[in-house]
Amino acid sequence: MTQYLLSVVQPSGDGDVLPPDLDQIMADVGEVDRQMHEAGVWVFAGGLHSPRTATVIRVTDGEVLTSDGPYAEGKEHLGGFSVVEVPDLDAAMEWGTKLSRATRLPIEVRPFQGGE
Amino acid sequence: MSSGVPVEQAVEQVFREQYARAVAVLVRVFGDVDVAEEAVADAFATAVQRWPEDGVPPSPAGWIITTARNRAIDRLRRESSRDDRHAQAALLHAGSEPVDTGAVPDDRLRLVFTCCHPALAPAAQVALTLRLLGGLTTAEIARAFLVPEPTLAQRLVRAKAKIRDARIPYRVPAAADLPVRLGPVLAVVYLVFTEGHTASAGNRLSRADLCAEAVRLGRLLHELLPDEPEVTGLLALMLLTESRRPARTTPDGDLVLLADHDRSRWDAELVAEGQELVRACLRRGEPGPYQVQAAIAAVHSDARTAAGTDWTEIVQLYDLLMGLSPTPVVALHRAVAVAEVQGPAAGLALVDQLTLPGHLVHAVRADLLRRLDRRAEAAEAYAAAIDRAGNAQERSFLQRRLGEVR
Repeated sequence: MTQYLLSVVQPSGDGDVLPPDLDQIMADVGEVDRQMHEAGVWVFAGGLHSPRTATVIRVTDGEVLTSDGPYAEGKEHLGGFSVVEVPDLDAAMEWGTKLSRATRLPIEVRPFQGGE
Repeated sequence: MSSGVPVEQAVEQVFREQYARAVAVLVRVFGDVDVAEEAVADAFATAVQRWPEDGVPPSPAGWIITTARNRAIDRLRRESSRDDRHAQAALLHAGSEPVDTGAVPDDRLRLVFTCCHPALAPAAQVALTLRLLGGLTTAEIARAFLVPEPTLAQRLVRAKAKIRDARIPYRVPAAADLPVRLGPVLAVVYLVFTEGHTASAGNRLSRADLCAEAVRLGRLLHELLPDEPEVTGLLALMLLTESRRPARTTPDGDLVLLADHDRSRWDAELVAEGQELVRACLRRGEPGPYQVQAAIAAVHSDARTAAGTDWTEIVQLYDLLMGLSPTPVVALHRAVAVAEVQGPAAGLALVDQLTLPGHLVHAVRADLLRRLDRRAEAAEAYAAAIDRAGNAQERSFLQRRLGEVR
């Protein structure tokens, strides 16, 4: 089995504008989450606050440097993610497809190291 | 035993006919593309050394597969004792797989779907398919697609790493997924064919070796998936196109248009085989883009002279094709057919509505303008086509036409 990170690719910039069908989206995402539990593939999942809430910490020569905001500003950011444990990429892509349909956003599917 | 030359030929023939099968079986046994490739290469190298002395074994394919498997296991045992995790995994995998050298036919089909998995970039799909199923070397593929060899080698390494790390499965898709998953497989084979038919760059008009490879892959797919009408359609399309090769160029290598072909030079056997396949797949009543294109090619093949071509039927087939795959390229070809039925002005009106990159749209416009005797505009369009054509033979053809309208 291999674990896959399913990342929700969220467009940046319009963070304050909520999609009009947000309630439906949240319900659809909740349903996919429920199906992942039911299928026994769910490992972890969560939605993230906006990148503006991020803090970057860096240790250089033993000194801790802290900066406000995300590490890099981009046109997209990680909006949330699910981790699933499945036999192969086809199965992971199936869950990615369900999640993309629910979130109305692109999903990046990426394997974790160390699967057997 | 036998003399050296026939044995060399025997090794070559076994390589051509059995390479894909051997790789496919070994991928299943070891669960790893790299291990399989290396093992099969090793086995063929051993055959070159041993067969001249020992003679060609009664079952050459079985010998290759058994030798490849044994050699790979020896090598993996040496490597796994040095703590190589991949080697250990491959050995473990081999232990759980039955030693079946009788070759389940599905193995090659699995390999096809792994090579053409939608998670791989199209360029990587093409390279992997030619490498693993065609047995072409990295250098040969690089040359065929005019890519520097290191670039192509890296493309293959990355694709194989993704197959391994992202766990792209080695499996024929479920029946419900087959139509979608077959798309990239057919696209890869047809891309190899079209690149061979009219090289997108370079001096020679076609590269027969790429066409031959595509036809071989098409035959393999047809053998493995006889009930998929689009697979049959693609093979028919390639055979009918290939049948015209002897008439496509002059002895000097200059391009000859379909209308000017010496049709007695068409390969009658390929025409007959292609037409039979077209009839067989259309009977199923599930038309798809490849079947319809094959049907169009079959209408051309039916005509003993260019003037005898049933253009009305061709326009009807293009209408059907537009419904299945409404692309600007299809619309352009349809416009050419319409010009044959309703005259060049009707064709030109359709072409003028199209925007698409490349030289073809300009070449078609130029030809229609020439036939309407609008010479200045035709010359302009020929010049635009010449600017954009990558193939030297096509350029020189357009140049000749430009000279005629000036």
